[in-house]
Amino acid sequence: MLKFLAKGLMRDRTRSFFPILIIAAGVMLTVLFYSWINGYEIMMIAENARFETGHVKIVTRAYNEMIDQKPYDLGLMSVTEKIDVLNNEYPQMHWQPRIYFGGLLDLPDESGETLSQGEVIGFGVDLFTDSYERDLLNLMEALSNGNLPSKQGEILISQEVAEKLGININDKVTIIGSTMYGSMAMHNFTVSGMVRFGIQAMDRGAVIVDIADVRLFLDMEDSASEILGFLPKYDEDATFEISAIFNKTYSNEDDEFSEIMLPLRAQGQMEFLLTAMDERMGIFIFFFIFIMSIVLWNSGLMNGIRRYGEIGVRLAIGESKGHIYRSLILESILIGIAATIIGTAIGLVFSYFLQYYGIDMSSMLKDSKVIMSATMRAQVTPASYYIGFLPGVVASAVGAIFSGIGIYKRNTAQLFKELET
Amino acid sequence: MKKIFIIVLLLIAITLFAEFPDGNELIQKVDDNMYSRNAVSTSRMIVHGRRGSRTMEIKSWAEGENRSFSEYLSPPRDAGTKMLKLEDKLWIYNPASDRTIQISGHMLRQSMMGSDLSYEDMMEENELIKIYNAEVTGEEIVIERDCWIVLLTAKEENAAYQTKKVWIDKQRFLPLREERFGKSGKLLKTTEINEVFKIGKRWYPKNMVFKDVLKKGKGTEFIIDSIEFDVEIPESRFSKAALRK
Repeated sequence: MLKFLAKGLMRDRTRSFFPILIIAAGVMLTVLFYSWINGYEIMMIAENARFETGHVKIVTRAYNEMIDQKPYDLGLMSVTEKIDVLNNEYPQMHWQPRIYFGGLLDLPDESGETLSQGEVIGFGVDLFTDSYERDLLNLMEALSNGNLPSKQGEILISQEVAEKLGININDKVTIIGSTMYGSMAMHNFTVSGMVRFGIQAMDRGAVIVDIADVRLFLDMEDSASEILGFLPKYDEDATFEISAIFNKTYSNEDDEFSEIMLPLRAQGQMEFLLTAMDERMGIFIFFFIFIMSIVLWNSGLMNGIRRYGEIGVRLAIGESKGHIYRSLILESILIGIAATIIGTAIGLVFSYFLQYYGIDMSSMLKDSKVIMSATMRAQVTPASYYIGFLPGVVASAVGAIFSGIGIYKRNTAQLFKELET
Repeated sequence: MKKIFIIVLLLIAITLFAEFPDGNELIQKVDDNMYSRNAVSTSRMIVHGRRGSRTMEIKSWAEGENRSFSEYLSPPRDAGTKMLKLEDKLWIYNPASDRTIQISGHMLRQSMMGSDLSYEDMMEENELIKIYNAEVTGEEIVIERDCWIVLLTAKEENAAYQTKKVWIDKQRFLPLREERFGKSGKLLKTTEINEVFKIGKRWYPKNMVFKDVLKKGKGTEFIIDSIEFDVEIPESRFSKAALRK
């Protein structure tokens, strides 16, 4: 039966060419859109994890109340001991303490007077113990000028800040801020290099310093704003599970300085953004199936009219209405499968292209505060290979189901009269 | 009958308003009490933060309202930090970095040494009469003293606080409580004076608590340990060179 239908479709291309063309185009768009959204989501998760959220994050309850302001004065203390405990309890994870701080970067002239000043956002990360943070933040790739810090007292500043304030490599700069206890703090650093991350929120004013220097500068001995935890591979369910167990053991509502672990998805606007993306994907697929069904229904009807005589003859020679109806649906499924394979293949070609080359969105992210790469890329996953089958085959079948209903309206008694005319 | 009733009402209203002194005259008396040609003081600032309290000892020299110099004597981490105010400019010297930085722009609104006061609060002119128009709106007892409640409205738009409500001791002409409001009318800061002392003819606050109501914590206590008025201060004290000495 299948072989017979397939041969029919191949020999009578007018029955298959346009439906295949329409479905393949729709499937191609679905695959491309899915891979694009997927790439966007994976990139957003990865970049936020690297720079901001970790896969999980540990902070104090007091810090969590004002987490958007990153109040390091409410940060974690006795961090070495805490990380030892975390390493024992979660050996599969990697833990990194970080200090985020705001300050004023001041470039002096020869006499020590202020030459230029600008606001900066500081990242205190472990640059020297191992290469984990350097790799995580892609510092080598981001380095646009000079070198990474090789000793204490050196600082990396964003290329944009350097150009704005007229800072050169090896210049001595002062950062002015407040200590963990609120006192005025000033610390001199030597500029070892400049970085450009391609992330607007970072490039506008980030400075990167070794955490030991920041601790000295902000009077934060063995303290940190946050401890970020990383799984070998991001697993949303695992992050929620680990956080729930940790919070049950260590978090105490009555102690504002007890720790709380936050999974990536529960931080800031991540929940909202990720849910919105999932919903948009669902809505897109629903509307695609709906619109394609209408298009194919119409195409089926047109086909039905064109095949009016053929169906009439088949009914006249005794083929049952149900059999014809089923064969039409089966035909449409075959068309759907063929079109989906073609559409998926073309969609994958475009998706792979966007995965490797990406699209520069920097002009749209000019004032963005979200940590997001200016080059947006698609991401092909195993799901990209089969996501198109759902709308491709279902839409095609639904179209045939609707258009084929007309078969049941044919009156057998009038068939010969119709055939005579 | 109706006319008599209106006249009586008017008389009552006139009598009531007549009880309140002129606001501007009142704050002039406050300025006369508080303001001096120059002063040298030592004080302690205790910042009650969420993680505990921190005490700083400060020595200050002030001349008029445009020149002041202060040096932090303790704790060790802050010792040697110096601030110089000349007119509307403020410089801070930090011994650890051996840098003198001018504080300007939004930095002036930042907390001063972690306290509930901002640098802008420190920069504000001392003489109320120069910045505000005053109106007496009522009376109340504060720390067992009869006080006028005075509403101060800034004469210019660029004042740090557009309105202030102060409770002024009727006899001593000393503000015992103060509420500072932003442009939107939102309460931003409060000051409560807990203890006063008399020096010469002046009544002066001894112990006061500043509170930034937008911050959690128990506020900043300011205690004046000693103060001398109208003493000679060498001109070199108010120079940038003095910051590095």
